[in-house]
Amino acid sequence: MAISVNINGETRDIESEGDTPLLWVIRDELNLTGTKFGCGVASCGSCTVHVNGKPQRSCVTPVMAVEGQEVTTIEAVESAEAKAVQEAWQELDVVQCGYCQSGQIMSAIGLLQENSKPTDTDINSYMQGNACRCATYQRIKAAIHLAATKLEA
Amino acid sequence: MTIRMDRRAFLKASGALGTTLVVGFGTGGKLAIADNHHAADLNAFVSIADDDSVTVIVKHFEMGQGTATGLSTLVAEEMDVPWDSVKVRFAPSNNDLYKNLAFGGQGTGGSTAIANSWEQYRIAGAGAREVLIKAAAQLWDIDAKEVVIEDGMVKSGNKTVGIGGLVSIAAGLQAPEKPTLKDPSQYKLIGNNKLPRKDSAAKTTGKATFAMDVKVPNMVYAMVLRAPKFGGILKSFDAAGAAEVKGFIEAKAMPNNAGVAVFADSTWAAIKARRLITAQWDDSAADGRGSDARNAEMMAMLDADPVYDATGNGEAGITGKSVEADFMFPLLAHAPMEPLNCVIEPTENGVRVHDGTQFHMITHPTLAAVLQLAPENIEIVTYYAGGSFGRRANPTSDYHVEAALAYLLMGGQKAVKLVWTREDDLAGGYYRPQVAHRAQIGVGDDGKISGWKHRTAAQSIAKGTALEGMLVHNGIDHFSIEGIADTPYGIDNMSVGLTDFESPMPVLWWRSVGHSHSGYVMEVLMDMAAEAAAADPVAFRLAHLDESDANQARFAGVLKLAAEQSGWGTAIPKGRGRGVAVHKSFNSYVALVTDVSVNADGAISIDKITCAVDCGIAVNPDVVHAQMEGGIGYGLGAVMRNQITLTDGVVDQMNFPQYQPLRISDMPDISVHIVPSELAPTGVGEPGLPPAGPSLANAIFSATGQRVTSLPLDANGVKFA
Repeated sequence: MAISVNINGETRDIESEGDTPLLWVIRDELNLTGTKFGCGVASCGSCTVHVNGKPQRSCVTPVMAVEGQEVTTIEAVESAEAKAVQEAWQELDVVQCGYCQSGQIMSAIGLLQENSKPTDTDINSYMQGNACRCATYQRIKAAIHLAATKLEA
Repeated sequence: MTIRMDRRAFLKASGALGTTLVVGFGTGGKLAIADNHHAADLNAFVSIADDDSVTVIVKHFEMGQGTATGLSTLVAEEMDVPWDSVKVRFAPSNNDLYKNLAFGGQGTGGSTAIANSWEQYRIAGAGAREVLIKAAAQLWDIDAKEVVIEDGMVKSGNKTVGIGGLVSIAAGLQAPEKPTLKDPSQYKLIGNNKLPRKDSAAKTTGKATFAMDVKVPNMVYAMVLRAPKFGGILKSFDAAGAAEVKGFIEAKAMPNNAGVAVFADSTWAAIKARRLITAQWDDSAADGRGSDARNAEMMAMLDADPVYDATGNGEAGITGKSVEADFMFPLLAHAPMEPLNCVIEPTENGVRVHDGTQFHMITHPTLAAVLQLAPENIEIVTYYAGGSFGRRANPTSDYHVEAALAYLLMGGQKAVKLVWTREDDLAGGYYRPQVAHRAQIGVGDDGKISGWKHRTAAQSIAKGTALEGMLVHNGIDHFSIEGIADTPYGIDNMSVGLTDFESPMPVLWWRSVGHSHSGYVMEVLMDMAAEAAAADPVAFRLAHLDESDANQARFAGVLKLAAEQSGWGTAIPKGRGRGVAVHKSFNSYVALVTDVSVNADGAISIDKITCAVDCGIAVNPDVVHAQMEGGIGYGLGAVMRNQITLTDGVVDQMNFPQYQPLRISDMPDISVHIVPSELAPTGVGEPGLPPAGPSLANAIFSATGQRVTSLPLDANGVKFA
């Protein structure tokens, strides 16, 4: 029996086998390529999506584990936090190569949903698992603070 | 090599459906214009559409360094068009039309993108402006002197027209021979700190397309099971275990016996199937040495006489106090966030390649040779690259060759997407070479260096590649010693000797190439020499710089600026340390002052870094800032804790948990100060890196008295908080 998952507000019947990581279902089967493959072992965060509104590493999440749950990818985030984060990222020109940034943004949205006014220490601790080889970290931190300010306004 | 492929289609695509004005360079490099239907022999740099939009054709690839923004800035500045109306398109692969003027072939590297495009793209933009002005003058039957372009609108008195409305008239005019470039005092975009990057929106919404995201009809996924030891050759394999994997198609020996190509109908099926295939390898020509053996051999090379003398001999000058040190730099992987990949699909006459291509000049002819196709029947579509740091610029085009061989194994009937995993990336070679240095320095009674004897052992990057003839002189691979023999410091009696370390393991340039280790060596040694002379590290360096020499003056300039901005010379509280380093690379000068603190457990935190950079005119100051931040961060992560090690010739590091990238909590607060300049722009992608390691090492010495000359720091006695 096919596994059914709600992806970006739409219920989808998944053809892939149940042990297939959600990442590859999203990318190869559903053609949503904004979510990235970086390491496959939950060590870089490029594959971060939201499951029931919370950040999760899709590369180590078997698709059967999210049966019947709500998965949101970078293509469909639209909460106030999401808008604030994306705007802040653009205003501060955070990106360089950009490959990890979908995951950074998905994590940052998760952080602001839990903590509307994070300190540098909060940011370091929450974003520690999102690697950026271009080392855009200083701007990521600044953009999260900027997004928090935007949400306050 | 001449490639003429699909140019009409490309130019049409650049300007949507209507007529566009194309500005570029014709034969002999003369500025030329045409409409998009008659632009076949023109290398287009600018395309102006009738909707007033301007498309800049970017000949360099974008790996995050900001090239798409930079080249667009040059055009938009000279055209006087609004920044928002400028779109970016990557150039097709065409070695004649889109060559890097610093290389003589199409490719990106050596921090040259802005430097080599500086004149070319401004001339294209200025040419477009002049021809649009002439077109308006013709339209209104007035003198061209009475026409101006402001913010994309062409005006004379109360008459105005958008640039798109002049496309048809302009296409019939002659290109100006020598368009007048703006005086720097007129710049509005060049040097403007507020210009948004061209790729920000796409890269923050998941819409930017990387080659990894490409899916074409009738495509299979391929992974390669490679020899565990460098130089190993496939003897046999057993794929029976993979048969049970849903989506597994087949496994075949690579035609060059470098491994087993595993085909599947999804990436995950290829990953799973590959794990279940076993292979036997012929290791008779493989490198079975472990890290200990390699270290010992390199040290023995330093004990022996060097094979090559890179400079004169300064041994006689070593008098006074002597400073001596040995340095060991580990192998390093580039580990760009996007693992290597490439799609090859069949077309009517050949193939289309989808790739984050960095070296078209090598990849295009290499693919033609492997696929036995005429170059014009290969189309390369360039995508955003998820980082490179040098890895994608490969003299052997290694992953493209793998993709081509896999494509041939499928009979040329199916599109093939070759994907590397992170494990493949870390174990796959093409590392920053392991390098050993030994230096003996004399410091005279006058407090100045009296002589400097330097020995280096390193595996050559250039030897044995197609680039050897260009890059190796008198047996010396400049990449092994750059930044030492050609240091801007005025040092009398310097001798640099070099011996090549040999291995079948492929090595490659890694962000800042030789400077990635020579910067560390030079600047830690300068600190040690300053200590021997009982001098302040900044003052000691300045004492070896003659500011009547332009090169040394710029070197001293960034050093003084970093010192001033960082509060150098102010008291350092207990438990803290401050270190300085300055280095020239890619014709740019960068000085850093790094502040660290030590906690109760003796662990180091990097608190802040003050950066001063002289890169000539800063076309996009914010991109310069970003590249300094990124280059410093990339360098810090590597010196703190990265190394590729080997046990019996097999790489020990599997994935990021064993090759930890710099994390957000490691990143110091970096402030960047750009030296105002009217000189032509020089590199920024790499020059931030070389001083990062030594400024940290010197700060650690300042805080703890500990000198670390083998890297990474955390494997050599330094603990980080």
